[in-house]
Amino acid sequence: MAEVSIRKLNKMFDVTHVVKDVDLEIRDKEFVVLVGPSGCGKTTTLRMVAGLEAITSGQILIDDAVVNEVPPMDRDIAMVFQNYALYPHMSVAGNMAFGLKMRKFAKPEIETRIKRAAAILGIENLLERKPRQLSGGQRQRVALGRAIVRDPKVFLFDEPLSNLDAKLRVQMRVELKKLHERLGTTAIYVTHDQVEAMTLGDRVVVMKDGWVQQVGEPLELYNTPANRFVAGFIGSPAMNFIEATLAESGGAVVAEAPGLRLTLPGPQAARARAKAGRSVTLGIRPEDVHVATASDSPDLCFDSTVEVVEQLGSEILLDTRVGPATVVASVDPTMRIRSNDKLRLSLKPERLHLFDAETEVAI
Amino acid sequence: MAATTLATAEGKRPSARLRRLEDERWLALVLLTPTAVLLGLFIAYPFVEGVLLSLSSARVGDPGQFVGLKNFYKIWNDSIFHTTVWNTFWYTGVTTVFKLALGLWLALLLNRHFRGKAIIRAFILLPFIIPTVLSTFAWKWMFDPTFSVINWTLFQLGLITTRINWLGDPDLAMTSIIVINIWRGVPFFAITLLAGLQTISPELHEAAAIDGARPWARFWHVTWPLLMPVTLVVVLFSVIQTFADFQLVYVMTGGGPANATHLFATYAYQLGIGTGLLSEGAAISLAMFPFLFIIVVAQLLYIRRVETR
Repeated sequence: MAEVSIRKLNKMFDVTHVVKDVDLEIRDKEFVVLVGPSGCGKTTTLRMVAGLEAITSGQILIDDAVVNEVPPMDRDIAMVFQNYALYPHMSVAGNMAFGLKMRKFAKPEIETRIKRAAAILGIENLLERKPRQLSGGQRQRVALGRAIVRDPKVFLFDEPLSNLDAKLRVQMRVELKKLHERLGTTAIYVTHDQVEAMTLGDRVVVMKDGWVQQVGEPLELYNTPANRFVAGFIGSPAMNFIEATLAESGGAVVAEAPGLRLTLPGPQAARARAKAGRSVTLGIRPEDVHVATASDSPDLCFDSTVEVVEQLGSEILLDTRVGPATVVASVDPTMRIRSNDKLRLSLKPERLHLFDAETEVAI
Repeated sequence: MAATTLATAEGKRPSARLRRLEDERWLALVLLTPTAVLLGLFIAYPFVEGVLLSLSSARVGDPGQFVGLKNFYKIWNDSIFHTTVWNTFWYTGVTTVFKLALGLWLALLLNRHFRGKAIIRAFILLPFIIPTVLSTFAWKWMFDPTFSVINWTLFQLGLITTRINWLGDPDLAMTSIIVINIWRGVPFFAITLLAGLQTISPELHEAAAIDGARPWARFWHVTWPLLMPVTLVVVLFSVIQTFADFQLVYVMTGGGPANATHLFATYAYQLGIGTGLLSEGAAISLAMFPFLFIIVVAQLLYIRRVETR
């Protein structure tokens, strides 16, 4: 149970600056997910919290104590590694007991803790096995068990699910969530999978090139992305982006792109008015695009040609061409649409995002 | 089968000899023959000849006759042979312990990241690469009673006032050849153990560090057990080689002074070739066999146990 503060954290590997001015306040019992593409500095940040990587500048505090110079063994943290890092020469029970033995726990206490953790994770019958006799999912559980028995202040997870197959990953994701609700330990979780980030995190930190792009609750990131990168990274299928130019016409603000002329709805227009004449990127999520009906305002309609129809059962994804741009739309699965059909599409006005074409920051 | 059908279709049947090779038993026989011949010619035949020789009274210029275990009885009561047995065990034991300790220490150092790592690793191998006879001659020069650079250094440092006769004193001579053997053998241990260390995932050390293990505990609970299979194989190789060592002692002391540094191989050579008592030399050579056999079997059994646990 602990708070973790990261203040102006920087990491240089020789001349490569991999973590840049990261600021983050993690509350007690919070589950925070660091997410971003590979090389964004998320794992390095985690390793600095663990004490496995020296800090170039800045501070890390656990429960108000600066731990910059504290070695990993004295930080009272537990970490689950991507490749599990189980000790191959020790049994499952031995793996789980190791951290407690090193901390001089009494034998009965160690046994009690192992039993309890094994029961939580459903690995009671594996305790005598060696890691190589276990499947990937079982190893994952043992790695979790090794962290749980310690009852540490903070759990650190370094892409713990990335070596599991898709089905197991979903299952373990749910279990991790339950586990966190049950134990209530502060957790920092690193992943490159935005779905994991969205489903697990109380708050999500999106990183890119060493910079924090945005910190927020999952829906906050989804609904009000701070910039084009976050908008494109969070959400699947990804948000559509269309390069357009803003113009004022008769008091309204209009976004123009080849094959497209949208009159911006009130709130967006108010924010965008100052940028008239400038280039912007329009962003709209596939589920916010629909086939136009009579009730849709012509101000928000545009013509498209269907290129690919992806039947997913619960929805249909249409890859359509609008001028030079591709727009993906998620439509009702009962619609009968074939490729090369001409379709008039519309969008939900309140869901239209605008990004400055130069700075990529949300307008 | 497909090949046969094809050949028949073309109207050409493969010869009976070639068809016989499609039977795996014949193929195996053909493939194994060269190895069997080589092993038989260069290992089994000399071994059997050696056994026969040790049971005869052959000497240079005299084929001799069968005398049973007389030669073995003779060396059993030979005090030089007793010294030789003791020397060989002492020499093998002491050098192996030191080679393992120093080699492991070096390997752990070399496993760290530092500038010029590759060059240092290459340099470490030098004693191992130089032909033993050449490097031993260099050592002989260093231990020479008159020209010893070691004596000179100690003298200049004021640690000694008279020359130390390194190779003239039985105990010092033994110590000297032990030092040289360690010098020569450490690189093999270091490089092999280093290779073993590199197969141990750094994540395991990180996990252990987070689990609360200090550096010494990480070595003892993670590195050492995981390195054990490699260590055992290296020790096995080294024990076999050291037990049967010849060149080093032959060049340095020739078994002297007063037979104080004889090993099995040098004493066998001295008796068999030097004195011409071929049969007795053969008996001494063979006496090495049961000792080595027991050591090797014990170690192999232990290795198997470690690897399957």
